[in-house]
Amino acid sequence: MAATAQTALQVRELAEDRYKYGFVTDIESERAPKGLSEDIVRFISAKKEEPQWLLEWRLKAFRHWLTMPEPQWSSVRFPALDYQDAYYYSAPKAKGDGPKSLDEIDPELLKTYEKLGIPIREQEALAGIAVDAVFDSVSVATTFKAKLHEVGVIFCPISEAVRNHPALVQKYLGSVVPYADNKHATLNSAVFTDGSFVYVPPGVRCPMELSTYFRINAENTGQFERTLIIADKGSYVSYLEGCTAPKRDVNQLHAAVVELVALDDAEIKYSTVQNWYPGDAEGRGGIYNFVTKRGACRGVNSKISWTQVETGSAITWKYPSCILQGDNSVGEFYSIAITNNHQQADTGTKMIHIGRNTRSRIISKGISAGHGMQTYRGLVRVTAKAEGARNHTQCDSLLIGSKCAAHTVPYIESKNPKAILEHEATTSKISEDQLFYLRQRGISVENAVALVVNGFCREVLQQLPMEFAVEAQKLVAISLEGSVG
Amino acid sequence: MGPMLDIKNLHVTVGEKEILKGLDLALPAGEVHAIMGPNGSGKSTLSYVIAGREGYEITKGQILFRGEDLAPMQPEERAAKGVFLAFQYPVEIPGVTNTTFLKEALNAIRRSRGESELDAMQFVKLLRRQTKELGIPDDMLKRSVNAGFSGGEKKRNEILQMAVLQPLLAVLDETDSGLDIDALKIVAAGVNRLRSPERSTLVITHYQRLLSYIEPDRVHVLAHGRIQRSGGKELAAELERTGYAEFKAVAAE
Ligand SMILES: Nc1ncnc2c1ncn2[C@@H]1O[C@H](COP(=O)(O)OP(=O)(O)O)[C@@H](O)[C@H]1O
Ligand SMILES: [Mg+2]
Repeated sequence: MAATAQTALQVRELAEDRYKYGFVTDIESERAPKGLSEDIVRFISAKKEEPQWLLEWRLKAFRHWLTMPEPQWSSVRFPALDYQDAYYYSAPKAKGDGPKSLDEIDPELLKTYEKLGIPIREQEALAGIAVDAVFDSVSVATTFKAKLHEVGVIFCPISEAVRNHPALVQKYLGSVVPYADNKHATLNSAVFTDGSFVYVPPGVRCPMELSTYFRINAENTGQFERTLIIADKGSYVSYLEGCTAPKRDVNQLHAAVVELVALDDAEIKYSTVQNWYPGDAEGRGGIYNFVTKRGACRGVNSKISWTQVETGSAITWKYPSCILQGDNSVGEFYSIAITNNHQQADTGTKMIHIGRNTRSRIISKGISAGHGMQTYRGLVRVTAKAEGARNHTQCDSLLIGSKCAAHTVPYIESKNPKAILEHEATTSKISEDQLFYLRQRGISVENAVALVVNGFCREVLQQLPMEFAVEAQKLVAISLEGSVG
Repeated sequence: MGPMLDIKNLHVTVGEKEILKGLDLALPAGEVHAIMGPNGSGKSTLSYVIAGREGYEITKGQILFRGEDLAPMQPEERAAKGVFLAFQYPVEIPGVTNTTFLKEALNAIRRSRGESELDAMQFVKLLRRQTKELGIPDDMLKRSVNAGFSGGEKKRNEILQMAVLQPLLAVLDETDSGLDIDALKIVAAGVNRLRSPERSTLVITHYQRLLSYIEPDRVHVLAHGRIQRSGGKELAAELERTGYAEFKAVAAE
């Protein structure tokens, strides 16, 4: 069974409707009072029955957050966020402290996931893929836990990991993205609600794809998930996340943090399909996707590979990065970002070369259509000790129409004169010639655009698991519907 | 029944400039006609306007394909009805393999005709048969459409596409230019294999060379936006000897 079928299913049905995930689940939820304060932080921590150290960590983050200005350096533009006009905790109302088994899950929720095409009932699920489903602020189901347990892999909601594996969480939480890292990550540290936790023990090759599916449902609610993945020595894990949200006229904030840690000889492959609601054609509504993702290659010969397909959100602000500490460690970033209508994206990566013979590879494919605006922002930093460091960066932009824009901002800081750093950048347009050629062969305008764009993205699509790549191609096509002709 | 392609008093303007000025041409089903003419006489313009390229405006006259006016049809509709153009300058589509492109094209055409799509297996079988018969190496299928192809490879690729799509009307725009003799034979074989009572071909060429492999039923000379002369295949041989001087002179009239 091809992997990642969960997200594959999620996007499959997109062919029928531009954004068919725009529905709202009518379910009673329990919310924290509106607004943001120390009391809210305490409320969330109490809800999750957290230990004292974690509450204190949250409060430290919150107090620091109050002192931080909004980041101004990116190219995205939006009205100032009113942090007091949102809810920071929303959970579907449950009896007791959450469902013990799938039978206890609210049928409305099961229906939601059915509609989304996410298999959270194991007997219906496709083999070879374990799913954690996060609905607003809580995880509602994690599948195949038992099977993973057999090989020692821990895959559970992070709130559960805090209770059951406190030592691991305490050791690694905030170790890659410190609580004071940046305004959005600091807010997340204060109010994060749920997300996935993965631990792969030494020498274990995780037997299935792990996957988290994030869903924002409640109105005026921010989603602040936190994901932590640790690949112990000589282990391997492939993880995939997918995201959707209802259509709403008001913007909603999503400020996630993802931390990855790869120890000696370990490898983490992290793939994202971000398809949050992008807003309507006039630019009303949509998700503000302000995400901090970072991986630390702590061990020798370790490897972290980020692959992202960013098609949704009104605004995307994210820079999945790798800190290459271990000698011979490898960081990769493969990205497709699409901005159509009034979407904005400022995305890229940072590769920090610290260990010797560290290598990194960046392939970024940006597609802008309509009034879409996007910036590739990348940093390659090589420290003095990073003998033999190498980077290859390739940034390609494709413009569709004349009202969109694409910018490339590559920073290179090298303290090691022997480092080999290569950078290539191109900007192109879909030509009239290409469209006519394809149409002459019987292919419709929209399919012709999709074909050219998919060709443009091919090197990145190839990084995705096979079946998923096919579905990602469809998603790419749908995101660009109406962009030509 | 009238001709497969019936062009009547066709006037075409490209960006304010009138290129075709009352062109008449009748191509019956089952026949192969050649169009010859000096550079810049409007041969490619004729091929584009048949295929429906934007910016090529018909100001007078009409193009009937099997009795239907082509003017209101989008390029892809014409393709679905069986119109194929082998481009003088085939276009590169980076990252899209020839196989993907051809499958997409064939299935799009089949869909619009209400036929079932071919699955990957069926399609590859069909494709292999065509490459084998045309002597086109299979590795060409895995490469991106025309990207990094030599001039000759691009032209062979056009013929492969024609063989796969099996059009009713094929227009070949200088497909023979710049080809070595082997490639020329592939092009000729492609055209000859399509020959049948229900199909027609319009071969636009500069040289008589190709026409010794593809025997045309008629040869037309295009100059100054009109067909100046028509004749049998011996006309091609004559033009080879005399050149287009006679027709160029008309320009001074
Ligand atoms: N896109 C265009 N815009 C303006 N003039 C054009 C365009 N395409 C062709 N022409 C002109 O139309 C005339 C006919 O060109 P073309 O049809 O390419 O001739 P041929 O194929 O016989 O060499 C030429 O004078 C050429 O310069
Ligand atoms: Mg020409």
